[in-house]
Amino acid sequence: MQLYRAGIDIGSTTVKLVLLDEKGEIVFGKYIRHRAHTREALGELLQEALKQTGECELKVKITGSGSINLGKALGIDFVQEVVAVASALQFTAPQTDVAIELGGEDAKIIYFKGGLEERMNGVCAGGTGSFIDQMAALLQTDATGLNEEAANYKEIYPIAARCGVFAKTDIQPLINEGATKADLAASIFQAVVNQTISGLACGKPIRGCVAFLGGPLHFLPELKKAFIRTLKLTPDMVVDPENSHLFAAMGAALEAEDAEAVSLTALIQKLESGIAMAFELNRVQPLFTSQEEYDAFVARHARAVVPKADLKSYSGDCFLGIDAGSTTTKLALIGSEGQLLYSFYANNQGSPIKTAMRAVEDLKQHIPASAHIVRGCSTGYGEALLKSAFGLDEGEVETIAHCTAAAFFDPQVDCVLDIGGQDMKCIKLKNHNVDTIMLNEACSSGCGSFLENFANSLGLTAEQFAQEALFAENPVDLGTRCTVFMNSNVKQAQKEGASVQDISAGLAYSVIKNALYKVIKLTDPASLGRHIVVQGGTFYNEAVLRAFEKEMGVEVIRPDIAGLMGAYGAALYGQKQAEPGRRSTLLTPAQLRAFKQEVRNVKCNGCGNNCQLTISNFARGKRYISGNRCERPVTGKAGNDDLNLYDYKLKLLRRYKPMGGSRGHIGIPMCLNMYELFPFWFTFFSKLGFAVHTSPESSRGLYLAGQGTIPSDTVCFPAKMAHGHIHALSQMGLDAIFYPCMSYNMDEHLGDNHYNCPVVAYYPETIAGNCPELKNTKFIYDYVGIHRPHDFVYKMTEILNKYFPGIPKTLVQTASNEAYMEYDRHMAQIRAKGEQIIEQARKEGKRIIVLAGRPYHVDPEVNHGIDKLITRHGAAVITEDSISERAGLVHTSVLNQWTYHSRLYAAAKYCTTQSDMDLVQLVSFGCGLDAITTDETREILQAGGKLYTQLKIDEITNLGAVNIRLRSLFAALDEKDELRRKGEC
Amino acid sequence: MEYNYPKFTKEMKQTHTILIPNMAILQFRILKAALEKEGYKVEILNNCGSEVAQLGLKYVHNDTCYPALLVIGQFLDALNSGRYDLDRTALLITQTGGGCRASNYIHLLRKALVKAGYPQVPVASLNFSGLEKDSGFKLTLKLARKALASVFYGDLIMALRNQCKPYEVHEGDTLAMTEKWIAACQKWMKADCNYSARDMKKQFPVICRDFASIPLNRVPKVKVGIVGEIYVKYSPLGNNELEKFLESEDCEVNMPGLMGFLEYCIFNMGEDVTLYGGKANTRRVMNLLLRYLDGIEIAAGKALSENGFHAPARFAVLKTLPEGVIGMGAKMGEGWLLTAEMIELIESGYENIVCAQPFGCLPNHVVGKGMVNRLRAMHPTSNITPIDYDPSATRVNQENRIKLMLSVARERLQQKNAPVQPMELYGETPRVEHHIPDAMAGSAL
Repeated sequence: MQLYRAGIDIGSTTVKLVLLDEKGEIVFGKYIRHRAHTREALGELLQEALKQTGECELKVKITGSGSINLGKALGIDFVQEVVAVASALQFTAPQTDVAIELGGEDAKIIYFKGGLEERMNGVCAGGTGSFIDQMAALLQTDATGLNEEAANYKEIYPIAARCGVFAKTDIQPLINEGATKADLAASIFQAVVNQTISGLACGKPIRGCVAFLGGPLHFLPELKKAFIRTLKLTPDMVVDPENSHLFAAMGAALEAEDAEAVSLTALIQKLESGIAMAFELNRVQPLFTSQEEYDAFVARHARAVVPKADLKSYSGDCFLGIDAGSTTTKLALIGSEGQLLYSFYANNQGSPIKTAMRAVEDLKQHIPASAHIVRGCSTGYGEALLKSAFGLDEGEVETIAHCTAAAFFDPQVDCVLDIGGQDMKCIKLKNHNVDTIMLNEACSSGCGSFLENFANSLGLTAEQFAQEALFAENPVDLGTRCTVFMNSNVKQAQKEGASVQDISAGLAYSVIKNALYKVIKLTDPASLGRHIVVQGGTFYNEAVLRAFEKEMGVEVIRPDIAGLMGAYGAALYGQKQAEPGRRSTLLTPAQLRAFKQEVRNVKCNGCGNNCQLTISNFARGKRYISGNRCERPVTGKAGNDDLNLYDYKLKLLRRYKPMGGSRGHIGIPMCLNMYELFPFWFTFFSKLGFAVHTSPESSRGLYLAGQGTIPSDTVCFPAKMAHGHIHALSQMGLDAIFYPCMSYNMDEHLGDNHYNCPVVAYYPETIAGNCPELKNTKFIYDYVGIHRPHDFVYKMTEILNKYFPGIPKTLVQTASNEAYMEYDRHMAQIRAKGEQIIEQARKEGKRIIVLAGRPYHVDPEVNHGIDKLITRHGAAVITEDSISERAGLVHTSVLNQWTYHSRLYAAAKYCTTQSDMDLVQLVSFGCGLDAITTDETREILQAGGKLYTQLKIDEITNLGAVNIRLRSLFAALDEKDELRRKGEC
Repeated sequence: MEYNYPKFTKEMKQTHTILIPNMAILQFRILKAALEKEGYKVEILNNCGSEVAQLGLKYVHNDTCYPALLVIGQFLDALNSGRYDLDRTALLITQTGGGCRASNYIHLLRKALVKAGYPQVPVASLNFSGLEKDSGFKLTLKLARKALASVFYGDLIMALRNQCKPYEVHEGDTLAMTEKWIAACQKWMKADCNYSARDMKKQFPVICRDFASIPLNRVPKVKVGIVGEIYVKYSPLGNNELEKFLESEDCEVNMPGLMGFLEYCIFNMGEDVTLYGGKANTRRVMNLLLRYLDGIEIAAGKALSENGFHAPARFAVLKTLPEGVIGMGAKMGEGWLLTAEMIELIESGYENIVCAQPFGCLPNHVVGKGMVNRLRAMHPTSNITPIDYDPSATRVNQENRIKLMLSVARERLQQKNAPVQPMELYGETPRVEHHIPDAMAGSAL
């Protein structure tokens, strides 16, 4: 009988089978999509092989992420897929230096030269096939469509590539602002490239002949082109092996030399005889155990209905609300009693304007002459865009719109939970007023639309998918961290043979747990309140609704128009603002017919930021600009930064210019703690006779220049930025670069200790270990303790003399004295300016926002212009370190041992004593310490009757979500002030 | 915010059962006996399952590190079980007191207890850095010595077990031997004997000789070292039974002992003085303590190598290894020790390494993942895979990455076809001269 070597590759989306003859030629090679039915798909392939080759003997090995269990069950040895790919490549294209393989869930990189080295992506699955699929779904196309679009791009937008959730947060607003599909598609591919280079290569350069493998790179030539472009490869350096999509299977076959031979039919028989596979994932409680339970549930919720009336027979004033969400557009028209006359709910299809247009046209057709729209109000992500496009009278932030709707529906409401496509929010009310607002951060976003996208990928509608969940017997525990993790767990569940029912129910639990544990951080159901209204399109899903009730052990109220509540609230808000006799400025039917929108993308040249602006021009000469970080492109003038302490801090730092240099030139990277200590080190080294240079100000380009040397892709963005600064310094021909390790910071006596966080403390070690550009530069990164000024002189003299012999201790003493003085002066300046801003703001009656972060959050590339956004809202911005001294040592229930965090607690405490001062905490994604500080800060503020607002930032540049948070805060504060004024009257 | 949390008072020693989360299993079993002898009622928690992580997620900020979620989840799961009288139960948790967020576990635990409805349950801290001074849980000199002995014995037995089990001729021999000696150690702790340095030095060779009597078939196997964040490194709950998985893959596992970590904590207090100035006396005391411990370590190492086993490097040697790789001032989390352990493993033939850490572990960005490139440059054969642990990360995903590391390891093992003599395998650790890595040469993007 003929003997072949065979390789089976079970990936996250496809199954591949390859049969090789003794020369290594492919006798049979094919792949099919398995749609979670891996066994059946493999059976199909084996049958096909049998048809083609007839009965034969196989030496077979199995590979791929989904194959470990199946291999065990079939008694076939497992080959790790990277190993398989490597051996296939060595066989077919031995000239390869580096291979990049993108799969459905995994990304891999193999270095062949200088010792075989194989790497796989970590748990975060950014930059893989499923990432591309998800992004394509956002653009209402598939991966191939994405590829076609990408060929005609003009602009590349910066998109956070590290994970699908983050990328979505960047892309969604771009879609809604009207960026072209071509540009978006190319930007997505570029994001994948950046992710692979930074996340996978982790500092090891990709050079020489590069092979591109795996499905996405095989089927998406534009993606490959993006790689070639970025890696600056010449055509002869690109290795393009045949059958690259079958490589893992081929490699497994090549590795199968030592396997025992089995006959093909025996293998098929084994597969068909039913094999038992082990479950890895945990199971949770079913949603409903009986039909009766379900019926009671349905009956209870059927009672929650909003009043409705017939539009055709209505006469009088009516009010329009439009909610332009991230993925859907909703419209509601109400009468003077708040009765719902007309509603519209549809997916954006990539263009909220067009969808809203459709809705408004439809409404105008149905509305009788007896009804007059007297006020129109928009809300949601596209609020400003729609307001400007359709000439609406009002715009209100969505949190308030949702609250208004819930309060009208149930006047006793004390908690509103909204889960939309992208965002989750929870608003607690006390005496009909907003008490706390909690919004999800980037990580837990997109849960709602994930459910829908996943349903669609199974060929089901969202409703059908939800129905499946209701009587699932063993819902799968799919984790909560984010949709990327959930997606990967779903794939795992499918491979384990979990039913659609169990997965659907499991996802409902996951979405709810995400909301409960990450957004609301709730442990006690009683603290939620007694009248809990849940709304948002996601709550149409009965499984999600049930999971929430089960998880919390409470009964909640879901209005029948759950998904429309934002629009309904906007309409109600418009009604409140209505003035008798005034008609709405909403476009007339004639204007509607003439409506058109032109979108242009330009780079703003107003300042060095060079913001990428999206300009929408509407008929009637109306214009809407987005993507800007300041007022300059809109009003022609730069915003006023007099009341912005962040801006002042930057200006202070810019004042230090290199001078002298008799002893040499020294460079300091402007990153992490240097944003605070630079005045210290500048003075110190200047006095010693060095010219002190800094790295250039942070920019996107600077980040990209350094991203190739980042060893850990989950470290915070400010730390990643350091690589760019070091890269820039290394090109400046300096005598030395100084970036010391510092376990301890200055002791300000605000806490129990005065540590730096581990990243700030030791990042120079990471730099030294991973940045090859430092090879020919003196890199001084010794451990330095500035918290002991006296010892500092001795220790620093020792250190300096290692690198620059002959610096006398007396000189170090003088320089050190001056450095400490300069540091104190610098900090005093900040406090004085803070004082001045507070005074001025009070004179002008402006709110004062303490934008509390760390010194490095001053970097505009890190804070993305949030300080300016706040001043645009008419508030003054001060920093935590300008007021922390005023509160002194704060007693905390956690260990208060980090200098920067002690300031935060102190600033929070001080805020609670000032009626016009509120704190907004800036948190960098991945900051582990802030997991502790955020809860503590929240508690300090809430105990003092203040609202807590957290802004989590990363590489993501879009400020849409941040803006909603800030506006919610301001709206809630206005409401509180109003109440106080009323109380005083 | 300040809570008035209940303190663990002296009186509670009589009335309360103290629950301890499980971490280093063998060491903790002996420690339990030592605590019991001192009059504490102690129970080491073994509850696991999905409920543990779920409770952690529910009561602790989800971005807090995985060990905190698990430890707190395990406590709450135990309290929920109804097996304990809630008014007569206390919890014990370790605190390292460094600049890592781990020093905050105890506070997070207290917050969680209040939220979960157990405000009456006191938490005691086990630490060497003088935190929580008002606690009624006193580390008396005798208890401290016994605790040290527990760690020494536990480390030794762990090393012996790991070196015997993969090679045993009769399955079960090693396990039986391990149980026998753990029981013996427990008995000693209860009988107040064999915990002095002198006695330990006497017992080490006896234990090693006994283990050496297990019939072994020393065929070459893939040797894997485990380093990482202390909890995830040791606790099977934290690392999805990593040790067991590696054993099932037919590997010899080397998990550097717990004593190194304790010595590292002691050393750092002195090193602060060296780096930044301070009371020279502090350093002197710390050095004396380290010298005392080194004496015991030397004896343990000697007992191991004289009986044909591989002796892990002493702390005194470990602390010389990072020179030129990472500074000794990196003292948060596992700090420079983690890097040192990796170097030690590579240089003593365990060049395949799993570096285990919780997802987003701050110090490991630097001392773990941040050092891999540099170590590879120095030792091109090193085969290190960092694995992140998290409540939502799947086991399959983790195991697949470990399998990748193992495939490379197996390939290398086959290439070293020459028969390996036991003496060569287990003799003196070969020393490799250190040099500043040159391998980054010419590699600019």
